[in-house]
Amino acid sequence: MLGRGGAAFLRQREASVFIVAIVLVLYFGFISSASTSFLTKLNIINVSQATAPFAIIAVGEVLLLVCGEIDLSVGYVWALSPFLMYFFITDYHIPVFVAIVLAVLCGAIIGLVNGFLVVRLKVPSFIATLGSAFIINGFMLTISQAQAKSLPPQSVGLGKWFGAFSWAEIIWAIVIVAIFHVVFTRTRWGLHTVATGGNMIGASEAGISIAKIKFGNFMLTSTLGAVAGILEAFRTNSIDPSAGGFTPMFYAVAAAVIGGTALAGGSGTVLGALLGMLVLAILQDGFNLLGISSNPFLIILGVAIIAAMVANVYLTRLRRAGRS
Amino acid sequence: MTTDVTESSAPGAQEPVTDVLRAEHISKSFGAVTALTDVNIRLAPGEVLGLIGDNGAGKSTLLKILCGFQPPDTGRILLHGEEVTLKSVDNARSLGIDVVYQDLALVNELSIYHNMYLNREIRRGPLLNNRKMRRLAKEHLAEMGVRVQSVDVEVAKLSGGQRQGIAVARSVYSDAKILLLDEPLAAMGAKEGALILGLVKDLKARGDVSVIIIAHNYAQVLEVCDRVNLLQHGEITYDKASADTSLDELTEMVVQEYRAALQARQSGG
Repeated sequence: MLGRGGAAFLRQREASVFIVAIVLVLYFGFISSASTSFLTKLNIINVSQATAPFAIIAVGEVLLLVCGEIDLSVGYVWALSPFLMYFFITDYHIPVFVAIVLAVLCGAIIGLVNGFLVVRLKVPSFIATLGSAFIINGFMLTISQAQAKSLPPQSVGLGKWFGAFSWAEIIWAIVIVAIFHVVFTRTRWGLHTVATGGNMIGASEAGISIAKIKFGNFMLTSTLGAVAGILEAFRTNSIDPSAGGFTPMFYAVAAAVIGGTALAGGSGTVLGALLGMLVLAILQDGFNLLGISSNPFLIILGVAIIAAMVANVYLTRLRRAGRS
Repeated sequence: MTTDVTESSAPGAQEPVTDVLRAEHISKSFGAVTALTDVNIRLAPGEVLGLIGDNGAGKSTLLKILCGFQPPDTGRILLHGEEVTLKSVDNARSLGIDVVYQDLALVNELSIYHNMYLNREIRRGPLLNNRKMRRLAKEHLAEMGVRVQSVDVEVAKLSGGQRQGIAVARSVYSDAKILLLDEPLAAMGAKEGALILGLVKDLKARGDVSVIIIAHNYAQVLEVCDRVNLLQHGEITYDKASADTSLDELTEMVVQEYRAALQARQSGG
């Protein structure tokens, strides 16, 4: 019975990254010299905050990767959206909540433009979103004059819901991951996203609208980028032109891949991406507690990504062999 | 209007059983390339029609027009005697026309049952009803004699014959009344081919599905088809019941086409 349950668990795409996360928690929490501080409330909050915003944009990247695309610009939407919110509130006197919604909607429109470039103008997404990344960054630096802003005073009350409260970000991340885990595994949208990435011609011959799927997933990713940016602005209590950028995007893609999403499309997991990001955050935090500086951490990160990829290739092969 | 193929419903003439599908004067060009010039084709209820012709004769183009994937430049399509415009694959499917492409339109990464219900998923509210799809897929495959170990298996692991069987079963059980099969026997061994031929024969025995099948193996065509049409230079040039023709006759016509092409090449320099 245990054997069968165990085998069923191991067949889950998220199994390998889940095991890695558990091992890391055990190591840093009980074995290593960091064990006195790792499982404290403060540190858990740190890890959660280092996971949440990246996991949120990773959700979008997973769906995009699965349908055969990528969005390099999402980190710049992250940087832009709090500025949009700021100007909506201070210059246009729009109520805070409406300003947040509008800023997030602007994210969706950026996704629409990315989708247009890729689907209608047939620009490969790598190039299209690289271009839009620079455009968004330039736009943000222009409207902000590259100056950081503090949050408008009238936004502080609502800010608790959006990241100022210590646990707010991880709650947002868990809710978003849970929703899109269901969307991805249990709805037509998820199935058609897999079909689009797995066999694009076949999917369109079956009558699936490839354009709709790709547009939707680009819009989702940019929207989540805007959400993550606003959450981070409230958490850090500042609107910073140097926030976001390519780094969060690469973390999100790395988390997706570590979690079990294929870069080539056709398969992936939203839950795995959250776990993948958790693994990266635990590594970063744990090494920090051990007194290892962030410089060699990059080596660990690189090794972790490659090791995860290798493990994925072999586990997928095992999984396929096991089910035949 | 001298094409004998389409003259069965002239006013005053005795109306035969209405054809389930008719296409009249269909033409289609892609830029400078003319794929179809003037195609007239009909399909009777419960009939299995074999469509043969040289590579590049326009067989697949014709099929893609009949299934709504692309519109014809000219001509009209009649379903049960009524003119229709097939706006899309979905639209054609809602009218009961379904196609099994040469590439089968299966997604390797998805399970058999998800493939069988691709883009016509059974849902409960917004969520997929996997349990029901799994159960029905299993039943349908068993009824059609397509043997698989489990409907949870990813399609990537199946043999060519199994994949074809799944694609055909998918169409039949989506209530397709007109089934278009694009080279279902291509690249298939004798044993697998026999499985597909058996499948088509079973469909014929059911009587409620009409089939157009593109094939290259004339022996197999004569084995399952009621009637054979030859597509040459964008037109149907030959239309006979299988009973009235033979393997030799079909082969001879194609040989003639090769000879003509060869001669044209030599005399043209």
